[in-house]
Amino acid sequence: MAAIYKKEVRSYFTSVIGCVFVAFALVITGLYFFANNLYGGYPYFGYSLSATIVIFLILIPILTMKSVADDRRQKTDQMLLTSPVSTWTIILSKYLAMLTVFMIFVCIISFYPLIMAHYGTISYAMAYTSIIGFALMCFLGIAIGMFISSITESQVIAAVLTFLVLFVTYMAESIADLIPTSAGVSLAAFIILVIVIAMILYSMTKSFALSAIVGIVGIAALCILYFVDSSAFQGAFGGLIASLSLTGHFYSFASGLIDIPGIVFYLSGSVLFLFLADQAVEKRRWC
Amino acid sequence: MIEVKNLVKKYGDHVAVDHLTFTVEKGQVYGFLGPNGAGKSTTMNIMTGYIGATEGEVIIDGHDILTDAQEAKKCIGYLPEIPPVYPDMTVEEYLQFSAQLKGIKKEERGEQIAKVMAMTQVEGVADRLIKNLSKGYRQRVGLAHAIMGFPPIIILDEPTVGLDPKQIIEIRELIKELSKEHTVILSSHILSEISEVCDYVMIIAHGRLIASDTTENLTKMMEGQNTYSFLVKGGETQVREALGRVDGVEKVSIKPSAEKGILDVLVECAGTRAAMPGEHAAQAMADEIKECAELEQNTEKQAEQGQNSEKQADDVTGEALAPSGLSENKMDCREAIFYALAHAECPMMAPAQHVSLEDIFLELTEDHPDSQNKKEKRRFLAKRPNHKEVADHGGDL
Repeated sequence: MAAIYKKEVRSYFTSVIGCVFVAFALVITGLYFFANNLYGGYPYFGYSLSATIVIFLILIPILTMKSVADDRRQKTDQMLLTSPVSTWTIILSKYLAMLTVFMIFVCIISFYPLIMAHYGTISYAMAYTSIIGFALMCFLGIAIGMFISSITESQVIAAVLTFLVLFVTYMAESIADLIPTSAGVSLAAFIILVIVIAMILYSMTKSFALSAIVGIVGIAALCILYFVDSSAFQGAFGGLIASLSLTGHFYSFASGLIDIPGIVFYLSGSVLFLFLADQAVEKRRWC
Repeated sequence: MIEVKNLVKKYGDHVAVDHLTFTVEKGQVYGFLGPNGAGKSTTMNIMTGYIGATEGEVIIDGHDILTDAQEAKKCIGYLPEIPPVYPDMTVEEYLQFSAQLKGIKKEERGEQIAKVMAMTQVEGVADRLIKNLSKGYRQRVGLAHAIMGFPPIIILDEPTVGLDPKQIIEIRELIKELSKEHTVILSSHILSEISEVCDYVMIIAHGRLIASDTTENLTKMMEGQNTYSFLVKGGETQVREALGRVDGVEKVSIKPSAEKGILDVLVECAGTRAAMPGEHAAQAMADEIKECAELEQNTEKQAEQGQNSEKQADDVTGEALAPSGLSENKMDCREAIFYALAHAECPMMAPAQHVSLEDIFLELTEDHPDSQNKKEKRRFLAKRPNHKEVADHGGDL
């Protein structure tokens, strides 16, 4: 585990990606920090961090794009997968290596509140809560990027897809606002969702019976729930979409709230995507 | 050591490996021989746990490659077709990484790396980035990774592809050295390579194991094909007696042919003896026995090298008897048979049948003519330094 971790961290800094990531992140954060907090005199560091999220939608794919895809392209995954280490160890080491690069950035911005304190009174608790929230959010983003990197062989495709996924989750709350809140619309949306799941299931398992059962049971359950309590469906689909928002929980951290559901959301989400990345690597060995 | 049972690998509808079953015993060199796309690499990838099989199981030293993957993988060093090297690392860094990855203890690492580097002769490029190395050196670095930690089983997928003849010889030497303490499995579509280094050959085509035997036995099989059938006019006892006197004749079977008074004779001759250059045949009959005995002693030492040693022996005789340089692969008994039969006043017609290991291979795998030419060329290149060896050897005699 240590071997792959060390090798990965070093490779981020022998290639330019690690340096570019840290430098670019620092420049952008520094710019907002200077404009808002130093020049503007605004005492909340979380505000500047919120403003940089859009930049991180681009930076995270740059960090994660090569993580698994490049190994596959160079065929070096043959070395890793035939060595006495499990795929889970490989995935975890690579993930931790990326977190290490990211944490360099976090360590440096941790000094910013101290600089601010030099010019006035600020709430350290609020500033550091927002930094923790930001870090957790990016952990999830990196895990998503890693998963996408593991399903493709091309770094460019991995980067673009990661950006798209991150962008959609970033916009999730705005998208949710566009969805009508009436119960009927929610029911229809859920039924479509169930059908899509059944179709995906069919394409993966090639078992018509299984996917038909899933589809029919799902739709029946939805209809029964709808007739029992249709008011529960009001705005339910919009709520589902909004709950996928990457940034929603971060905003509560930024406003000084230690958001326990947020911590659970980010960490469990990270674990889920690492698991999926592991499965993607495993799956490739079987077909 | 390795048990492969009923291995099947399908890519969609394409069957890459088709019910492959074999066992690999400890301390021998195994060769996978087959044309491109025969399923050699796929089999190796499955054996090393890189990809999963559709059906069947692989057991490495008692550990199933799927359920007990880590233990099984500890026993294997693998050099895939494309050496899995990181271009952005120096050779030394890469080998450090390899040693760590294989879980070699910190205090042993330095020693191991030095040893492996010396064996693969990459010390000269230790500080260079792998991306700046030539294909040959990359191959060696990959090989260094494979033998790192000296696992009991070393699997090499086409270890000499893309190397120059000198490097090929060096790698072969290395394989021979490794085979003293390790089980080595290598794949190749280059015939001379297999016959030179392998104790045991498995011929694979279209994902199926077509032939699997020791190099010796396969050579014998070829010798078995060193059979002459001809028609002789005369009595059965008379012919049998005459043929019995010919050296090299191992088995004679006589059937009456369609024509009256003419016998259909099938003679099996030994193949590992010296070829007799034509003009010496008659007078050298008596000397031959002595000559052969000497040569046999010589060849016995390298008996496991099968065809190769036979070739060497041929060449040696070629030099000893006449400066004919290129002598026949096999002993040609026909002339001796002819004289013997003529002596017994039984005139003969002798259509001969010669099949080499290469012919067997080609027949079994139905290769394309293009790649065949390439193979010939490679083989020629690879063989060349051997003549020198042979010449040295001949001087000793």
